[in-house]
Amino acid sequence: MKKFFRNIWRYKALIIMALPGAIWMIFFFYIPVFANVVAFKDFHIDPDGFLASLTNSPWVGFKNFEFLFSSGAAFDITRNTVLYNVGFITLNLIISIAFAIIMSELRNKKLVKVYQTMSLLPYFLSWVVISYFVYAFLAPGNKGIFNQMIMHNGGMPVNWYQEPKYWVFIILFIGVWKGIGYNSIIYFATVMGINPTYYEAAMVDGATKWQQIKNITIPQVVPLMTILTILAVGNIFRADFGLFYNVPRQSGALTPVTQVLDTYIYNGLANTGDLGMATAAALYQSVVGFILLMITNFFARRLDSDSALF
Amino acid sequence: MKKKKIASLSVRGFNRPVNFVFNIVIALFAISCVLPFLFVLAISLTKESALQQFGYSFWPREWSFYAYTFLFDQMKDKMLQSLFVTVLVTVLGTAINSTATSLYAYAISRNNFPFRRFFTIFCLITMLFSPGMIANYLVMTNLLQLKDTIWALILPMAVSPFNIIVMRTFFKRSVPDSIIESARIDGASELRIFTQIVLPLAVPGIATISLFAALGYWNDWFNALLYISNDKLIPLQYLLMKVQNNLQFLIQNAGAGSQIAGGLAALPGESARMAIVIISTLPIAISYPFFQRYFVKGLTIGGVKE
Repeated sequence: MKKFFRNIWRYKALIIMALPGAIWMIFFFYIPVFANVVAFKDFHIDPDGFLASLTNSPWVGFKNFEFLFSSGAAFDITRNTVLYNVGFITLNLIISIAFAIIMSELRNKKLVKVYQTMSLLPYFLSWVVISYFVYAFLAPGNKGIFNQMIMHNGGMPVNWYQEPKYWVFIILFIGVWKGIGYNSIIYFATVMGINPTYYEAAMVDGATKWQQIKNITIPQVVPLMTILTILAVGNIFRADFGLFYNVPRQSGALTPVTQVLDTYIYNGLANTGDLGMATAAALYQSVVGFILLMITNFFARRLDSDSALF
Repeated sequence: MKKKKIASLSVRGFNRPVNFVFNIVIALFAISCVLPFLFVLAISLTKESALQQFGYSFWPREWSFYAYTFLFDQMKDKMLQSLFVTVLVTVLGTAINSTATSLYAYAISRNNFPFRRFFTIFCLITMLFSPGMIANYLVMTNLLQLKDTIWALILPMAVSPFNIIVMRTFFKRSVPDSIIESARIDGASELRIFTQIVLPLAVPGIATISLFAALGYWNDWFNALLYISNDKLIPLQYLLMKVQNNLQFLIQNAGAGSQIAGGLAALPGESARMAIVIISTLPIAISYPFFQRYFVKGLTIGGVKE
C-alpha cells in the first residue's frame, strides 16, 4: 500500500502526462457509459443539472426496451443496419483486396502512385460534400445528369429521392466508392511487403499469375483480413451516420430503406425528444456490438492466434 | 545476331495485354473518384440561367463567375465567419489532440512505469464499444454545460484512443530504451527527456496523427449539428449542410445593407451552393496529395501488432 503512494510520487511526471487523456476518457467514455442508465428511466431534464436529472427521473426498468421492440420499428431498423453492414463488409473486403492486388501487379509504378492519390480523394471529403455530388447526378426534373441522360434517350425522368427501390444499390455503391482508396492502402502495403522470392520460386515452378495470387498473395493477406473483419463485425450494429443522414437528404419516402439504428437514435434525440427510448436503442446497439466483437474475436483466435485482436 | 533489348527484369507484373486492360479498369475508377469534384466545379462556374434551363452538365454551357463574386460581395461575412470557426477549431483541436495523445502514449510506452498496464487497459476499453450518441449528448449539455460553445466543437474529438495506441507503438520503435536510460542516469527530469530527446525523434508520428486529427476537425459537421444553434459558431461543413436545400439560410442576416439586385429570383442559387462546396473543399483537395505518405505510414504502423 505504501509502495503504491510512493510510486505515484516517484512517477508523478508520467502520471501527469497521462492525465489529460485520462480525464478526457472519463468524461467522454466512462461517464457516458454510466449515463446509459437513462435507458432504464423515463428521463426528463432537470434544470438542477445532470445528477438531479438522473435521480429525479423515475425508474421504469425495461419498459423503454419493450416499447422499442414491440413497435416493430426496431426489427426493420436493425435489419437495415445489419444487412447494409454485411453488404459493406463483403464488398469492401473483395473490392479493396482486388484493388490492392491489381495495383501491386501493374507494371507502371508511377501510374500506380497517381491512381492511389486520385482514389484517395473521396476519403478526404465529408459526407455533406458527397451528398452534393450525389445530388448533381440524381437531382429531380431535368437538373440531374442521370435524368438528363434518361430524357435524352426518350425516357421519363425518375424522381430518385422519392423511390426507395434504387437506394439499397445507391447507398452500397457510394459507401464502397468512398472507402476503396483508403481501405486498399493497408492491403496494398501488406502485399508490397511480401517477400519476392516466393514469387520467383513459384515462377520457376511454372505457376500462372492467378496461381501465384491464390497461393502466395492471398494467404499473406489473410491475417490482416481477419483482424479488419473482426473489427467490422464488432461494429455491425453501427452505421456510418454521415452516409445515411446526408446522402438521402432526409427524404421521408426513403426512410424504410435508409433508416438505420444511428439515424433512428438521432431522430429520438433531435425530433421526438424521447431520450429514454433513444438511449435504449443506443444501449442495445453498443451491447450487441460488444458481444459480437467478443464472439468474432474468440473464433478468430481459435483459427489463428496471431489474427485475433486480443 | 541482333540482341533484343530487355526493358526491365521484373519478376512481378502482368503480361502486357492483361496489364493494359487492368490499367484501363483502375484508371476509370480513379477518374470516377475525381470526376464529381470537377463536375461540381463546372456547375459552380455555369451561368445560373443556363442551369435553370438545361440542368447540370459536366461542361458549363455558359461560363460565369457570378456565383463566386456573389458569394464574395454579399455573403462574405457569413462565409468568413464559418471559415474562421473551422480554422480555429481545427488548429486548436489538432494542437490539443496531438499533445494529449502523445503525452499519454509516451507514458504508457515506458516499461518502467508501474501504472502502465492500468492506463493502457483504461485506454483499450474505450475502443471496444461506444457509449452512444445520447449519452455523450447528455454529458456535454447537461453535465458539462457546453452546448452552443466552441468547446462543443473541439472536445468530442480532443483525444483519440486509437491514435494513442499507434503512437505508443511508434514510441517503442523509434526511441530505444537505452537513450532514455542514459539520459536518466545523467540526471535529466522526465519532462526534459520527453521534450529534448523523445519529441525530436517522434516528429513523423506526431505529424501523422496531427494530420488525421486535422482532417477530422475540418470535415466535422456532426458536433455542430448536435450542439450549435448560435449563428456565429457555424463551421464550414455545417454551413454547407444548412444551405443544401436552398440558399435561404445564407441570405438571412446577410451583410448589413446588402440589397440583392433583382430580388430573390436573381440569386445564383444552384451555382452559388456548388461554389460554397468548392470553397470548403478546395484546401483539402489541393493539399492531401502532399500528406498522402504520412497517412499511408500511419495506417500501416497501426496495423502491425507489436
